[in-house]
Amino acid sequence: MRPLITAVGLLLAWELLTWATGVPVYILPPPSRVAAVLVERFDLLIEQAAWTAAEMVLGLALGLVLGATLAVVFAASAGWRRWALPLVIISQAIPVIAIAPLLVLWLGYGMASKVAMAALVIFFPVVSALYDGLRRTDPGWIDLAQTMDASPRAMLLQIRLPAALPAFASGARIAAAVAPIGAVIGEWVGASAGLGFLMTQSLARGQTPLAFAALVLLCLLGLALYHATDWAARRLVPWQSPQGE
Amino acid sequence: MVASPSLSVRHARIVFGDRVVAGGLTLDFPGGRTTCLLGRSGVGKTSLLRWLAGLLPGSGRGQPTAYMAQRDLLLPWLDLQDNVLLGYRLRGDRAALRAATPRARTLLAEVGLGDRSGDLPETLSAGMRQRAALARTLCEDRPIVLMDEPFAHLDAVTRLELQDLAARLLAGRTVVLVTHDPLEALRMGHQVRVLSGSPFAVGPAIEPLGAVPRDPADPVLLGLQGRLIAELRNTPSDPPGSAP
Repeated sequence: MRPLITAVGLLLAWELLTWATGVPVYILPPPSRVAAVLVERFDLLIEQAAWTAAEMVLGLALGLVLGATLAVVFAASAGWRRWALPLVIISQAIPVIAIAPLLVLWLGYGMASKVAMAALVIFFPVVSALYDGLRRTDPGWIDLAQTMDASPRAMLLQIRLPAALPAFASGARIAAAVAPIGAVIGEWVGASAGLGFLMTQSLARGQTPLAFAALVLLCLLGLALYHATDWAARRLVPWQSPQGE
Repeated sequence: MVASPSLSVRHARIVFGDRVVAGGLTLDFPGGRTTCLLGRSGVGKTSLLRWLAGLLPGSGRGQPTAYMAQRDLLLPWLDLQDNVLLGYRLRGDRAALRAATPRARTLLAEVGLGDRSGDLPETLSAGMRQRAALARTLCEDRPIVLMDEPFAHLDAVTRLELQDLAARLLAGRTVVLVTHDPLEALRMGHQVRVLSGSPFAVGPAIEPLGAVPRDPADPVLLGLQGRLIAELRNTPSDPPGSAP
């Protein structure tokens, strides 16, 4: 209830501010105008939002799968870890916004470059969280499994991996929160559809209220993605955090 | 069950980190009986037990052992029955897993958790969880059982109840139980041996009369407990050379 009151209060203040200062609509449109555009151009907005949502979801899925696979490979094999882990870290040192034009150049203006971008942004938090979780298995569980003659494979798949799922879940939550960044950066750099594309187009034409309406939908999409991921993470890890002193 | 074998340690050197916990250790645990190793914290009881379980470097484990630790170590993502069957699941032998399933149910019933076999561990109290851990240890069906202060975390009454239960279910197996509680050692052990010093030395076998689990109100037992406490108080609690 409180966040709702705060939000309504802020919107009212914004409305009053635009009315009192007489700032032109193409600089800062009042919320009432943004709401009107949301209704008028609903078909266009929903179409673009669906496109962006698909990019985010596909990027998130790809990033989660890639990240989880790499983390498990690193945990299972010291050789892979030594050769590939530095590369993963270097890949994060390059600002994603700097490779965005390259990805568009290679993968085109369509969805593929945005999915790749989103996957690139999120795979690092996923690798890092899951790999960390795989390294921090309760030593008591490892001892117990050893006295039960568990093979290294059984130890990884039946003890260390499920024990690391809470860590993976927090990585996935972070990933869901940053996935929209990847998709939208991709759309700004070069796209033919999507909310980011709509924003750049409408701003260039002075249709600032439409850009704001797109922003509102982006915000809603981000929230929906985060909460859906959070819900799935809770389903995946119904138990509480691992026991320990 | 086949008669449980005795367990022998010959000239063992047990190292924990940089510290030599025991050197040239020779020790026999009689088959089919419970031996309680009593000692103050830090004397090296757990290291000896981990060595016996084959968990320390340089310890060649001769016979298969089942291990029960101070914490229940139940996996929070498996229900009780799957936790009890953990060893069979880890070894990946489907036929053995199927064959052991009825026994897991029987054991859960014996520790009083027959109606909870489908529940996750987090829904259970500490005493119930430790009972489930006991069922898991017994389900391994190994002739030698190693227990590291398995009831130390429980309240006094629950501890006594679990000691009774464990003594009944462990009958006939070769058990090595490590504890810092003299009463627990005297109730559970066919023989009790005191560990002291650094590297530790093992005292002579004390064999109280009567069948286990012994009555905690027995005056003879309480007299023995007084003697053991006095003996423990005369041994330094920390290894020499460590900070006071």
